[in-house]
Amino acid sequence: MARNVIRFLRRGQVVELGSVPPMRTVLDYLRLEEKSRGTKEGCNEGDCGACTVALGALRGGRIVYEPVNACILMMGHLDGRELVTVDDLADGEALHPIQQAMVDHHGSQCGFCTPGFIMALFTLYHAGAKPSRREIVDHIAGNLCRCTGYRPIVDAAHAACSGRAIDRWAAAADQAAATLARLGDSSDAFIGTEESFIAIPRQPETLVALATKHPDATIVGGATDVGLWITKQLRTLNKIIHVGGVETLHKIEDHAGHLSFGAAVTYAEAENRLASIDPDMGEVVRRLGSKQVRASGTVGGNIANGSPIGDMPPMLIALGATLHLRHGTGERQMPLEDFFISYGKQDRSPGELVWQIDIPKLKPSETFRAYKISKRFDQDISAVLAAFRFTLDGRRVKSVRVAFGGLAATPKRAARTEATLEGVSLDDSASWSRAMSAMAEDYQPISDMRASAEYRLETAQALLRKALIETAGRASAETRVIGQREEAA
Amino acid sequence: MSAPARQLETASVGLSLAHDSAVLHVRGTATYVDDMREPDGLLHVVPGFAKEGARGKIKSLDLTAVRNYPGVVAVLTASDIPGLNDCSPSIGGDPILADGEIEFHGQVIFAVAAETRDAARRAARLAKIEIEVAKPAITVDDAIAMETRDVLPPYEFGRRDVGAALKSSTHRISESLLVGGQEHFYLEGQVGMAYPEEHGGMIVYSSTQHPTEVQHLMAKMLSVPDAMVTCECRRMGGAFGGKESQAAQWAALAALTARVTGRPAKCRLDRDEDMIMTGKRHDMRVNYEAGFDNSGRLSAVDVEFLSRCGYSADLSQGVNDRTMFHADNAYFYPAARIRSRRLRTHTVSNTAFRGFGGPQGMVFTERMMDAIAIKLGLDPLDVRKRNLYAKGRDVTPYGMKVEDNIAADLITQLERSSDYRARRAEIDKFNRQDGILRKGLALTPVKFGISFTLTFLNQAGALVHVYTDGSVHLNHGGTEMGQGLYTKVAQVVAEEFGLPASRVRITATTTAKVPNTSPTAASSGTDLNGMAAKNAASIIRQRLVDLASREWKVPKSRIRFADGQVIIGNESVSFGDLAKKAHQSRVSLSSTGYYATPKVEWDRPKAKGRPFLYFAYGAACAEVTIDTLTGEMRIDRADILHDVGRSLNPAIDIGQIEGGFVQGMGWLTTEELVFDGQGKLRTHAPSTYKIPTASDVPEDFRVELYQSKGNREDTIYRSKAVGEPPLMLGIAVWSAIGNAVASLAPGKIPPLDAPATPEAIMRAVKAMRP
Repeated sequence: MARNVIRFLRRGQVVELGSVPPMRTVLDYLRLEEKSRGTKEGCNEGDCGACTVALGALRGGRIVYEPVNACILMMGHLDGRELVTVDDLADGEALHPIQQAMVDHHGSQCGFCTPGFIMALFTLYHAGAKPSRREIVDHIAGNLCRCTGYRPIVDAAHAACSGRAIDRWAAAADQAAATLARLGDSSDAFIGTEESFIAIPRQPETLVALATKHPDATIVGGATDVGLWITKQLRTLNKIIHVGGVETLHKIEDHAGHLSFGAAVTYAEAENRLASIDPDMGEVVRRLGSKQVRASGTVGGNIANGSPIGDMPPMLIALGATLHLRHGTGERQMPLEDFFISYGKQDRSPGELVWQIDIPKLKPSETFRAYKISKRFDQDISAVLAAFRFTLDGRRVKSVRVAFGGLAATPKRAARTEATLEGVSLDDSASWSRAMSAMAEDYQPISDMRASAEYRLETAQALLRKALIETAGRASAETRVIGQREEAA
Repeated sequence: MSAPARQLETASVGLSLAHDSAVLHVRGTATYVDDMREPDGLLHVVPGFAKEGARGKIKSLDLTAVRNYPGVVAVLTASDIPGLNDCSPSIGGDPILADGEIEFHGQVIFAVAAETRDAARRAARLAKIEIEVAKPAITVDDAIAMETRDVLPPYEFGRRDVGAALKSSTHRISESLLVGGQEHFYLEGQVGMAYPEEHGGMIVYSSTQHPTEVQHLMAKMLSVPDAMVTCECRRMGGAFGGKESQAAQWAALAALTARVTGRPAKCRLDRDEDMIMTGKRHDMRVNYEAGFDNSGRLSAVDVEFLSRCGYSADLSQGVNDRTMFHADNAYFYPAARIRSRRLRTHTVSNTAFRGFGGPQGMVFTERMMDAIAIKLGLDPLDVRKRNLYAKGRDVTPYGMKVEDNIAADLITQLERSSDYRARRAEIDKFNRQDGILRKGLALTPVKFGISFTLTFLNQAGALVHVYTDGSVHLNHGGTEMGQGLYTKVAQVVAEEFGLPASRVRITATTTAKVPNTSPTAASSGTDLNGMAAKNAASIIRQRLVDLASREWKVPKSRIRFADGQVIIGNESVSFGDLAKKAHQSRVSLSSTGYYATPKVEWDRPKAKGRPFLYFAYGAACAEVTIDTLTGEMRIDRADILHDVGRSLNPAIDIGQIEGGFVQGMGWLTTEELVFDGQGKLRTHAPSTYKIPTASDVPEDFRVELYQSKGNREDTIYRSKAVGEPPLMLGIAVWSAIGNAVASLAPGKIPPLDAPATPEAIMRAVKAMRP
């Protein structure tokens, strides 16, 4: 018998909601129902961070706080979690250490972005280690401030985040963990009616059955895209099925030749493992979305929505990843590149679920390079995402897998370029030029607000050249302004 | 950086006090308009526009489905407006609701009011609107080619025969460059809320820099006297000029709904609609020709600014005049012709944005300096220094004498503290390796004129009450948008009474307390309102001095206000006790205050006079690295030295400087506005329009205040305005990028437009290759 309420921990109490409209966002819940007005709406699309709240989740018996954008967070995402907002932080007259540091360092001017920064920094405060400047900046890359120029905010974070949390949340951590453990039982949740519902299955079988029964339902991972269907496109989504409650879909398995990721693994969960494949992969993931987006967004979702500008698919295609899909009791698998048929069309039938992705590790004869080109380094959608996996035979390219995002209607391999590169010498840059020309046959990009077709193609060619230069041995400190591999090593 | 120690003999003024709302900000309890508890029966108003079409007659407008949507209470069109259908801040032409035709994509045609905002938003999308689409002019080049009627007449000033001076110059260069616009991206979107009052009156809560204008426009729209409308603004979540004139329309839609339905109403724009429906910084094409000698010293400058104003005049006269006033930046032009055209395009009406046109003028100036240096093979800093205003070379192209010139001293200090020459040598060495990466360095000055160029706006009022417990209520015409104005003015008033600033209660700006105010703009907020508030406080103070002198029989010269006490000869009473005594003695404890800026006068038709009381100065030195394969760019270091006169609050001033620099840097690098051929803005959300994030700010960022003896003009405690000038410090980054690109082919001027996105940098890089 399914549970018919969403349950979460808030201000020390378990909140149970039995009547929730499927399209309700957490931000609207806070501002319109709870009438907590501390959390602000800046953009309503998860790109400015003004609505940042902290979600506490149980990981390995401990509570871990992550920042998330409440504007595109669905109510179902609260299930089994603790919700902390800016309204909660001060203890009577006494400010939280993060709040006090922001005051002391003049970290607010107009103050509208401030609650979001406070909550992002609250999660950093609880992250357990004293952060470096770089870590602070990464942590707040999803929080836009138009007034201060950020310096005082970074200073405040420096001052307040000592690595040791001393606040009410630290004091009540055990109690909260016990509550979340209780809320995180194996009961499937189904709120609403057969026509209009939020489903948060815990059992994989329930998820599969629901998806089969309601092929018209919207499958939601982190909702970092689906959220915008609601807040911006004003679509009507009456049936929401969350995949994040299914424990097995959060599994990351380390096999001899490859890593396996469940479809609901978030970027935050996957980050380190992906970086272990290659530092460039880690760097792209670091720049993908923001801390908030990576806490919610899933690798599976990035694949399932089929966007031509998703950053993961080109890298995964270049690495030769395999996708597993499940439909009812049936399961099938395919090379990832075959999943993307055309713009907006994937090889997935209604009711079928993206289930697992296997990513091969690099062999000693292989090198990998990935580059993300965008107007802004952090939290920007790529104009071009390039990924290369070279298999080398001494100083020769034996074979190569090349995949790009942003150059075609789908993430796409460069078949002609790959063929042309076979056998070229790393020491003879003149021999590379045929591959550059071949790229113009592989891709006919379009112009849009991110870049012109001309820039996209020329940059794709330049990135191939760069990948070859680096593979030939040039240090990336000499070839890049950002994401030097030496730094990551 | 740390704020320098206070150097004044003052108790409150000069302290690095926290922003008055800092504690509220961090607690999330600072109340913005959308945070106010909704009154019973509040309606939510959403503007509607045609999905297709930027220009043309409205052929049909079918709002049936909108009206029938559940929860909809009213759907309003132009015919529902009882009074004037216009929210222009200047010469008209900005309909609140389009009547018969539209002139840009996103122009509001109707408004829908519903019980919930979600219902109103969903209903608004159901409108069936057909536009008889005519070809729109999108860019200035389109406007010229299509010969659209300029929104305002062209304007020009200058001196001597520039043609002859150019002809006789040793060297000449001419160029055409594009300087992009900029979206304000205030974090709090546009919002207005209206409550109907008795006798047809209205109270309007608006996130506006100009409550008086909102009040007046609402009165005209509702066809009631100004006195029937009150406009209040406690704070804005950022504005940057974007809420100077363009906050009014949303307040108007709320007020109109309130009038028609008799219910309170709120109109808050969604971010995308905010970006589509409100104006931006003017983008410009700049064509110039400059003549100079072998040392790089200018002999003549002929420049024309072709400005995209959008579909209406809005504030374009002042904005574009200010571009012209800053086409010299800090440099002397022996002969000059400075021209400006205000072109009409079928795009949203461009408006005020921090710097108000000045930045565009300065981008040109600094580009010209770089071009001269490249052409002559000189260090750009040497060219800049040779052209600075100096004794005998101190009259601007608009005839104002530069009396307070500290540019040379400030630049020299920054040149030294930033280690400019040694770094230049290292960068040259780095670039000689001919690698994929190239470095660039630039040190650029800022000289920014302070005062409204529309002279009558240079006035302000304030209202101060002292209560019988000695607490103080402060009100003035300036608005708080995060810049710390309220804090600074409170410090001034506290100083007057010898009280800690915490004893001064700062209250929301409202047209009911201080009337007929100027917008909080032109960096003038503190200069004007600080003086007006000081005036009000000093009137009360003088009454207290008179009373104390009379009662204690002590000469006035022996009465002082300090530390919450009034020292009267050898005695001392608390400020509160004296206030109580004053009340019992029937002495008024309330006063208005007033200030009008002296000296300024500008005869626009004759282009003569003194538009500015003084200039604010600063300089920035930026070092960048570019990737010549992709156009990616990183800022390695930035050094800033900025002049705020004697600072009223160093922490707040430094906040303005750092924030301004980063905003200017964003404008010239990552922030790109893209309109498509149909006139639709394609960059209407933070997902596509990229303002700087924390990681874009250079890790090595050194900001100092110029050690000033104080403003030579008699401003409030000899401080200087700081709101806008620092934005133009960001030009150093753009100039450094050009410098890096220029290293690819000595002697060749890189055709770098602004913003220098990776793609723009690559275009320039490609042009340098043989």
